[in-house]
Amino acid sequence: MRRVAIVGAGLTKFYRNTQETPKELAYEATKMALDSCEMKLSDIDCVVHGTAPDAFDGVHMKGEYLSDGSGAYRKPYMRHFVGGGTGVLSPIHGWFHVASGMFDTCLVVAEEKMSSAYPHPAGAFLTIFDHTTEQPLYPTLIYIFAIEMNRFMTTHGYRKEDIALVAVKNKKNAMDHPSAQLPAEITVQDVLNSEIMAWPVNRLDISPTSDGAACVVLAAEHVARRITEKPIWIDGCGWSLDTAYWTTRDLYYPDYLEVAARQAYKMAGIKEPSKEIHIAEPYDPFTYKELHHIEGLMLAPRGKSVQMLVDGHFNRNGNLPTSPSGGLLGVGNPIAAAGLMKVIELYLQLKGTAGKRQVPGNPTCGVANAWGDLMQVGTVVVLRS
Amino acid sequence: MSKRVAIVGIGTTGFRATTPDVSYRELTYEAAMKAYLDAGVEPKDIDSFVATSEDFFEGYSIADEYSPDQLGAVLRPIYTISGDFIHSLASAYMMILSGIGPISVAQGMSKASNMLTLSEMVTFAMDPIYNRPLKESPHAVSGMEMARFMYETGTTREQCAKVVVKNKRNALNNPYAGHGVLIDTDYVLNSEVISYPLTQMDISPHSDGAVVVVLAEEETAKALCDKPIWIRGIGWCSDTPGLETRNWAEAIYAQMAAEMAYKMAGIRYPRKEIDFAEINDEFSYKELQHLEAMRICKKGEAGPLTEIGGTEITGEFPVNPSGGCLGVGNLYELNGGHKVFEVVRQLRGEAGKNQLKNVTTGLAQSWRGIPTTTGTVVILSN
Amino acid sequence: MEITKKMVEKTATKLSAEEILGGKVLSVKWEPKLKYAWDNGPAIGRYLAELKNGKIIAKKCDKCHRIMIPPRMFCELCWVPTGEWVYVKDTGIVNTWIVGYVDWKAKRLDIKGGVRPITPGIIEIDGASKGMGILHHLGEVDPWKIHRSMKVKAVWKPPEERTGSITDIKYFKPTK
Repeated sequence: MRRVAIVGAGLTKFYRNTQETPKELAYEATKMALDSCEMKLSDIDCVVHGTAPDAFDGVHMKGEYLSDGSGAYRKPYMRHFVGGGTGVLSPIHGWFHVASGMFDTCLVVAEEKMSSAYPHPAGAFLTIFDHTTEQPLYPTLIYIFAIEMNRFMTTHGYRKEDIALVAVKNKKNAMDHPSAQLPAEITVQDVLNSEIMAWPVNRLDISPTSDGAACVVLAAEHVARRITEKPIWIDGCGWSLDTAYWTTRDLYYPDYLEVAARQAYKMAGIKEPSKEIHIAEPYDPFTYKELHHIEGLMLAPRGKSVQMLVDGHFNRNGNLPTSPSGGLLGVGNPIAAAGLMKVIELYLQLKGTAGKRQVPGNPTCGVANAWGDLMQVGTVVVLRS
Repeated sequence: MSKRVAIVGIGTTGFRATTPDVSYRELTYEAAMKAYLDAGVEPKDIDSFVATSEDFFEGYSIADEYSPDQLGAVLRPIYTISGDFIHSLASAYMMILSGIGPISVAQGMSKASNMLTLSEMVTFAMDPIYNRPLKESPHAVSGMEMARFMYETGTTREQCAKVVVKNKRNALNNPYAGHGVLIDTDYVLNSEVISYPLTQMDISPHSDGAVVVVLAEEETAKALCDKPIWIRGIGWCSDTPGLETRNWAEAIYAQMAAEMAYKMAGIRYPRKEIDFAEINDEFSYKELQHLEAMRICKKGEAGPLTEIGGTEITGEFPVNPSGGCLGVGNLYELNGGHKVFEVVRQLRGEAGKNQLKNVTTGLAQSWRGIPTTTGTVVILSN
Repeated sequence: MEITKKMVEKTATKLSAEEILGGKVLSVKWEPKLKYAWDNGPAIGRYLAELKNGKIIAKKCDKCHRIMIPPRMFCELCWVPTGEWVYVKDTGIVNTWIVGYVDWKAKRLDIKGGVRPITPGIIEIDGASKGMGILHHLGEVDPWKIHRSMKVKAVWKPPEERTGSITDIKYFKPTK
């Protein structure tokens, strides 16, 4: 197996509505990533694209539509997806391309333009449910995540006001992120006082809907060493899906994530994740989800993540900074692009080039995860400098 | 790449115009059971899985949700490719080479009969700003391409019709095929014009079905079965998605995907070094266009070769002995799966009445259909 | 050269919904006409037929002995065909639930105007294996009095109104 590194990255601004077409967003991120490592499209052997679902951008087979915007013209090009987990699956899929020995360089692109879906992208989520046994009940995504949050809270006795701290922390972290859509200094009370969407989820517990794109450039070791003095290595990959019968699982704990994390840690040779990992970008489309994932990533014991949050453990200057980027809650959530944004944050942090967002202590090992579908996907990457 | 990878198990439900008795779950479950039995593995022995789906074909947003259960892949490494089945095969292949584990599975499924507005769906795949507002029929695209291909290569409508006659006849002897019929070229030429020069019979009808393929790394493959079918070369390529910027006569995507696969397989003279091919023939002319793009025929030669029977089962270079998309049915993202399934059957000597003699190397090629310019190629040897 | 604020600011142009809807920037509208007729297969087919009869049916795995609802032709964990059909009760307990202030299109309900919040939940069905739940709505209950493990019972539509759908059960209501 060959070692594979991230050698460049690009990220657009995230907005609720952008004027750019999906293709143009993909182009901007791709161009920036190539420029960042002074590479040309002709240096790229293959392209992978992560985006889902097609209903947002409003194009059937949208991977095909996005291909030229992603730099894939007349190149081997493949689109993959696992719902919301797609963003972190993307570098994993790119990793196969290079680690397998088939290609030396790979562009990994992720794009989502949710605003194309009118009147609101939430409508597209009805069709993620079983067409016969669930869709006639008109569920939506917020409902099922609130359902999961409630189970998580009632099992561990967590309080809403403590979980709200995740929004406070992440939106504040996002103040320093150039792509951020919703950076803010808010208080727990602001979260609790924001409109109820689906109790226990209030408006400020949720990341926004967004348009945006992200890209990283992957290279095999011998190429990476020529491109940069500090390649950031993809040392661990893990991914798994739980059953689609989501109503028959106990939602209080993300088994799918633990399975994926164990796979990634094993590949990276990590035995004690909470000690060996210095920085984490757990997926945070909802406040509780960051904590749910911290437990699933085994960075906190089950039922203990909230206390650690309250104690400041996860702050940018804490023992284990989580979502120093500002996460989805602060930077925004163009689904697949948001997952890749998290990987890019680790890349910058491990490289020591995260600017004002830089966490102290020269971190050398980071983990990012993403999650999606019917609360069933775990995708995990471990990066090292 | 030092490791060799082989196909050690295949399973299918067969391909029929409708499958009202089962849901998509049972359809894939049947194909997976057969493939695992064929390979002598159980789900727990498998290290990784790749599913193939496209949201609007399945009628689900993020259709990958429904991929793990029927493959025995619950809480296992599985993800979804929205591409052709051969894309998924390539992913599974790369996972084995990357050291994820020696056994991987690729799956594809078609429930085309459940899509009631297929034409609308294809239009929905066109550029939303440049093309969709013109409200052209999807077959306007294939008609235009057919016309340009015929113009540049001198191919005739009769030669295209011969492809239909051949493939639908081949399908009659394939127990898995759903659209076999005995007709002559006049029947094709006189069928309803859809988008001149394209007639109704030039278009492959759709089918339902599922295919599951088990791949294994060399040592494991040899331990598992007597007749591993080796992946010698694999390639995929996307040309431009724009209708305005593409080459309408030549299938550049097939050419580039094939060259990638040839290079990997060390093949210089495909016509000589490959014994037969299962090629995408979603429209009659596509078989000829793809043959020329992949250097199996010279430009303008595929039509005449077909006319003299050179691509028949008994011919010099058999093409689509299974019946192809025209005889088996258009399976959308599963098209490549059916092609791989048939090449493996031939190379194992299990193709029954359609069995070719003394074949050692076969090529499976697929295309993602209108309006795409994405194609895949895999070269297999016994 | 890494991602800088200057580079990022050159990307993506911000628009407001008003600028789009008001025609300040031109846009194309397209309403896809996508229709499907899904084959449900034997398991869900029978499930629906039994709902029409006012009954809930499950299927048992002979290997792990789970009684599974919704019924399925194969056990996704043991990966073997399932065995006998088992009628389960139309009662159960609330596994988890929410109080919804928006509908499925993210449109706010007029809660202040007296509209009742939407209260979907996961109901663990009595007679099925532990933890086997289905998604459904809760009714005839104060949304704020719903609690974990609350006992509930199905409220069925009258037989003549049933169509063989999950909505043949109107909702689940507390038993006490």
